[in-house]
Order: sequence, then structure tokens, then C-alpha cells
Amino acid sequence: MFTRTKPRWWLYLLLSALLFVVMLPFIWMILGSVKPNSELMASPPSWLPQSPSLDNFRLLFEKAAFGRYFFNSAVVAVFVVAGNLLFSAMLGYALARLDFPGKRVIFGAVMGCLMIPGLVLFIPQFILAANLHLIGSLFALILPFLVQPFGVFLMRQFFIGLPKELAEAARIDGAGEIMIFFRIYLPLAVPAFATLGILTFLGSWNNFLWPLVVSVNESTYTLPVGLALVANGQHQSDYGLLLAGATVVVTPILAVFLVFQRFFIEGIATTGIK
Amino acid sequence: MTATSAPALAGRKAASKRSGRRGVRNAAEARAGLLLSAPFIVLFLLFTAWPVVQSFYMSFTDMGRDDVQTPFGVNFVALDNYARALGDPTFQKAALSTAIFVVVGVPITILAGLAAAVALDKGITRARGFFRMGFYTPVITSIVAVAVVWRFLLQPDFGIVNQMLAVIGIKGPNWIGDERTALLSLIMMAVWRNFGNAMIILLAGLQGVSAELHEAAALDGANAWQRFLNVTLPGLRPTLLFVLVTTSIGYLQFFEEPFVMTQGGPLSATLSASMYTYQQFGFGKWGYAGALAYLTFVVILIVTVVQFRLTREKD
Repeated sequence: MFTRTKPRWWLYLLLSALLFVVMLPFIWMILGSVKPNSELMASPPSWLPQSPSLDNFRLLFEKAAFGRYFFNSAVVAVFVVAGNLLFSAMLGYALARLDFPGKRVIFGAVMGCLMIPGLVLFIPQFILAANLHLIGSLFALILPFLVQPFGVFLMRQFFIGLPKELAEAARIDGAGEIMIFFRIYLPLAVPAFATLGILTFLGSWNNFLWPLVVSVNESTYTLPVGLALVANGQHQSDYGLLLAGATVVVTPILAVFLVFQRFFIEGIATTGIK
Repeated sequence: MTATSAPALAGRKAASKRSGRRGVRNAAEARAGLLLSAPFIVLFLLFTAWPVVQSFYMSFTDMGRDDVQTPFGVNFVALDNYARALGDPTFQKAALSTAIFVVVGVPITILAGLAAAVALDKGITRARGFFRMGFYTPVITSIVAVAVVWRFLLQPDFGIVNQMLAVIGIKGPNWIGDERTALLSLIMMAVWRNFGNAMIILLAGLQGVSAELHEAAALDGANAWQRFLNVTLPGLRPTLLFVLVTTSIGYLQFFEEPFVMTQGGPLSATLSASMYTYQQFGFGKWGYAGALAYLTFVVILIVTVVQFRLTREKD
């Protein structure tokens, strides 16, 4: 071992200060969400709420239909996650383990679209959604995101790493190829599903450009769209309401993060090192 | 041809039998492969592949809002949209702001991420997971939500940032309301939100840096800083390039930050290329918006290709 350094107290101090700066916006958001506007605009600022109340949240659900936005965000995320897990696993397995015509072309085309920005896609997607009469329904938000190249990349890598012998044994027992996938390999993919599921959920929950483009009326707003439009609308300087709105958008993600921390970190790390 | 010997014949028979079974297996495999691919491919062709093509085609036409039902009944205008984009002063300003956002924001983000990663990896032994999780938290949150919060933090009169500056006797600027500091404010927020992502990936990369090399360098009398420069940094090269490219690609498309915090203002100081593209879509100039989107895409492609070149150079 090379020289072991002594614990550096100053580094802990520095990191703690940085952590405070990083966390400050969240602390301020949550504390502010239960303060009335008069207190939010006070100088000097009050840290702990003097008279905490849930009025801001009440207004959020009464004035701005945040309940509806929350429901929309949740429904869209559930379908998008389910679609990505299932369809990416199917294609990822086929690309990893089965030999079929067009395999290389499919792999090349899907991976080639890994880097395509949403900015390039959204107008044709809008034209398509309009012609399929999807605008104004949640289908418009779900369908374009049901399959994404990243999932295929991840699932293919995962299935390549599983032993082939399982399939050989099942074939000798007379199992069909589809059966082998659904009965043997799919149940083994749970760790990959955790990573892909979390990343897809995050992407869907925080997605903004496309939900904004198809938001022709309030009934299909997602949380970020609802919050952005409230923040740019008549409640522009109603900070209590806005901080409560931000809290509603961020809290579910923070909760998921705290519970599944390990998968987040692992997932990001795997995507980084190919 | 001489008569084939009995063992050879038997061998060939067995081979043909095997290839027969192999043939059946191949057909079954091909059928299964196609079946398993079908749902993804259908949705992919419809919602990704086709839009890529149509977007490209659209950028050479005068397509607009009225052409929704007849996206093919439009006039071909060749390179007009592209020529107009390059000569459009507002787009030039948006492209410049986007370039500043990338050129200033990306290095700061990566340096902050690298410093945090090295500090967590080598500097401390306890509470690593705790700091790692804390620094990563902003990365997972909705940009719209944090932009709303930052708008409040940066409010010139009662925002916490200026109130803290006032304590040490500095009169803080009108951050997002002033043309000179607006873009800087958005960069600050982007660094705050994204350095944790660079940190996580670089931390994983640090695991791959050879401990033996470090040890050897230490035995040769290299100090910590020399070891960092000559062992850690070269070992981190591929990871650093990956972070550089993914962060740049993300920053090239920044959209939510100005949309929520400044609406592109003041005086278009924070209008990004993405936001300008979105505005043109809103005005119904779809062909033009398509050309703008493709220009951003071309820059992304160039950044990616340059990265691949740089990575390969080493091998």
C-alpha cells in the first residue's frame, strides 16, 4: 500500500459546506412551501416557518388542478416504463441471442438513433399525433416514448452476459424459442429491469418538451408542464404557490431515489463505462 | 471420383442430419427473433425513424401549421431555410448564447465533478456514500421544478442569495433580470444541477485507474499532485471524454432553464437555440424550425465524431 493519509478534517468541512450549498435550494423549497407570501418576501429572511400552513398546497389543487397533472404524470410514467421494459427486453434478447434476417440492420438503425435529440423529432411527431387524432389524450404523451434506443442497448448487453446453456437445456426439453425467452431469460432480467425502469421513470417524470408541445388543454398537462405554465402565467410572483408546486414535482422522485439509491448510482455508472 | 469409404459416408450422413436439425432450429430461431423484434420495430419506425426522415425533408420546404393534414403538399425551397437561419440575427444571438452556455458551463461542471470525485475517492474514508448521494440529488430532479426554485433564490430583493451577500456587505445583482448576469445565472444553476452526474461517472472511472501504477509512482517519490497528473488523469481519459461529450450534448439543447427562469430574456440574452426552434414551431414556421433543429443536430454529430476520433487516437 502507498502512504495512507491521515483523515483530513478540512476536507470533511469543505465537502459539508458544498453539501449545504447543493441542498439549500431543496431545503428552501420545502420550508418555503409552507410559508405565506408575506413571510417569503420578508427581509431578513425567516428560516423556519413562523406560521406553517398547507394553504399553498390547497390552492395548488384548487386553482391549478395539480391533482390532475399528478395523475397524468403517473399514468404516463407507468405505461412508458412498462413499454420500455417489455419491448426493449424482447428486442434486446433477440439481438443478443437469436439469429434472424435483418438483425444487423435493426441493430444499426436503433443504435444510430441513440443520439437523436427530441428537438429533431417533435414536429413530425406532432404531425403524426395530430393525424392519428391523439392530441388531447394521454396516448399522445405515451406512444412516442414506449420504445427508446437506450433500453435496447442496455438489455442487449445484459442478455449477452447470461449463460447460453440455460437455453440449450430447455431446447433439449423441447421448449420453443419464445417460451425460452419468457420463461427462462425474462425472469433473470430483474436487475437490468431495476436500472432501466428507474432511468425510464426519471426520464418520463421530468420530460418537458414533448408534453409541452402536445398540451393543447389542461386535461393532459403533466406536472412539469403545469408548473411551468403556472410559473409563467398569472401566478408568476406567487412564490408560495410555486414552491409548493415544485415540492409536488420533486418529492416523489426524491422518495424513489432514497429507496432505490443503489440502482440509480449503478445504472448511471454502467451507462458511463461501456 | 473414387468410391467413398464407409466411415466417411457415415460421417457425411451424420453431418447432413445435423444440418437438417440445425435448419429447423434456424427457422424457429428466425421466427422467434422476428416476433420478439416486431413490437419495438413497428413503434420505432412510426415514432422515431420516420420523424427523423420527415424532419430532414421538412427542413427543405416551407411547411407550416396549415399543412398538418397534407405534409406532402408543400413547396420545396431547397436550402432557403438554412440560408435564412445563418443570416437571422436572433438565431445568431441564440447560437452564441448556446455556445457560451456550453463553452463556459461544461468545463466548470466537469472540473467540479472531478474535484468532488477525487475528494470522495482518495481524500476521505467515512461518509462517502452520504456525500455521493447528496451531490447526486439535483441530477434526478425536474429542471422545471428546480428552475422555479432558483428563480426565487435569485430574486434581487428578498432572494436568499442576495440576502446572504448583503450580510457580507455585497449588493447582489439583479441576477436573471439583468442582461449582463442572466446567462451566467443559468450556467450557475446548470453546474449546480449537473456536476453530480459527472462526479458519479468519474468515480466509477477512478475504480479503473491502476492502483499498482499509483504505488509504483509513490515509491519513485512522486507526490500526490504529480501522481494525479501522471497516473490518475491519463487513466481517466476515456471516462473524461465520455463525460465531456454527454454533458456537451445535454448543454447544447438547454431549454427548460430559460423557458422557466427568463423566457429567453432580458433582451434575448438567454434565448437558446432550442428555445428559438420551439418558438418558430409556435409561430407555425415548421420548415424553418426543422432546419434550426437539424443545425443543432449537426453540431451534436460533430461533437460526437470528434470524441470518437480522440478516443481512438489512443489505441
